[in-house]
Amino acid sequence: MKCQRCPKPVSFHITEVIAPNQYEEVHLCEECGRKYLNEPFPVKATPPAQAVPSIPTEHAVNDPSAKQCEVCGLKFVEFRNSGRLGCPDDYDEFREDLLPLLESIHGDTKHLGKTPRRVPKPSAKKAELSQLRKRLSRAVSDEAYEEAARLRDQIKALEDYDQHS
Amino acid sequence: MNLDSLLPNLGEWLKGTGPESDVVISTRIRLARNLAHYPFAGRANLAQKTEIETRGRECLTQAQLPAPLPYVSVAALPTLDRQFLVERQLISRELANVLEGPRGVAFDERESVSVMVNEEDHLRLQVMRSGLALDEAWAEIDKLDDALEARLRFAFHEQFGYLTACPTNVGTGMRGSVMVHLPALGITKQIEKVFRALQKINLVVRGLYGEGSRASGDLYQISNQVTLGKSESRVLTEIREVIAMILQYERSARQVLIRERRQAEHDRVARALGTLGSATMITSEETMELLSAVRLGIHLQLVDNIPANLVNQLFIQTQSAHLQKLMGTVLDGEERNAARARYLRAKLRELDANSR
Repeated sequence: MKCQRCPKPVSFHITEVIAPNQYEEVHLCEECGRKYLNEPFPVKATPPAQAVPSIPTEHAVNDPSAKQCEVCGLKFVEFRNSGRLGCPDDYDEFREDLLPLLESIHGDTKHLGKTPRRVPKPSAKKAELSQLRKRLSRAVSDEAYEEAARLRDQIKALEDYDQHS
Repeated sequence: MNLDSLLPNLGEWLKGTGPESDVVISTRIRLARNLAHYPFAGRANLAQKTEIETRGRECLTQAQLPAPLPYVSVAALPTLDRQFLVERQLISRELANVLEGPRGVAFDERESVSVMVNEEDHLRLQVMRSGLALDEAWAEIDKLDDALEARLRFAFHEQFGYLTACPTNVGTGMRGSVMVHLPALGITKQIEKVFRALQKINLVVRGLYGEGSRASGDLYQISNQVTLGKSESRVLTEIREVIAMILQYERSARQVLIRERRQAEHDRVARALGTLGSATMITSEETMELLSAVRLGIHLQLVDNIPANLVNQLFIQTQSAHLQKLMGTVLDGEERNAARARYLRAKLRELDANSR
């Protein structure tokens, strides 16, 4: 490995702590290394001034415990502490963080079993939709426009139901 | 509703009848359900909780149900009445003492169906049966769920199923639970072994009053842990298979006791009856242990003058809140122990007089 400032071999491996959890590594030869350590501010490692305030923001985005549900306002960290979610929407809001948890509790992440009567069986509904779409394209290519219009309405009704449920 | 009218009854789960009732006390299935478009009860504000209670209550009175489920506001009940409902297994300890605000329970006259409102989840449906009756309990709670769902929109997710406040209940929201009496496995020190085997297949063992409660009087509740990824019928089948195994172990341990130490067992039962019939102070804990010995004695035919459901009656009536209701007054710890002993002496003397 060569020194980052000259062609001599490296003998100093310096890790600069820029912010909590943010580091920069500097690899220098003996001579450059001693110079580096005596410099008032590490020349290479000095982050641009505006980068400093941006660090906490980035940090917050990456930290799942700071996430918050837009519907009920529950923070993920609150769920961590209490073990209780705040509202049904949390399952989508925190989906990525809940999936490994569900996997470890239940060994699975997909419901099997009873569904409310008002919810059509998802597979049956999907099959029906794809069936209708096929018939629609056939009707269009056959120029059977009345049939096509009827099929389009049927498809729309099924899709609307899905969105409202 | 005057809860005192329930006092002389045993309730469904203590009837002492039903399949496999030599070992299985009762079967219970519960379903956790939440209304869509509301925060879960723990995060709902007072206005929302009031609205949830009103909607739940209206639905319970208007739904097409096989038996009416009159609603009792738990928030409005005195502490003693709340404890009384806990002892009868109609509400959880949390609903009674921990949670606050609008909440309650609806239950039928037979005490076989109950629906808690604003517990951890908006609705907690429960069906109880005497003995081992998972299929019957499921059929009934499934129908109850359908009847409520016809009037309420439950929070349901295409991938995650019924959504619940705690992710440990999400999916089916179902907990199937069988209460078993395992004194012979306790005496022959095999109980730990059985429970270790249960943990491997994801079933949980709990004490009499659910999560965190200590097992006493050799009573245990066996229930499923998994609610996501397995259908209700598959979970119930798994429980049924395990219970069949436990029944076999407990019965063969009982046979060993009879074969190898009949005299010692007979002595144990006689002493238990002796203490129950002559103590002047007795704790609920000790009462449960002695009644456990008597119950085993009945099934081993070591005693013949005691009806099996008397044990259940003594068991429930000597619980703190029941006792205080029977005595018609609030009692502190020592007074309770004295009152409990008085009640037991009187009951056993009555029995003696009848059998002569």
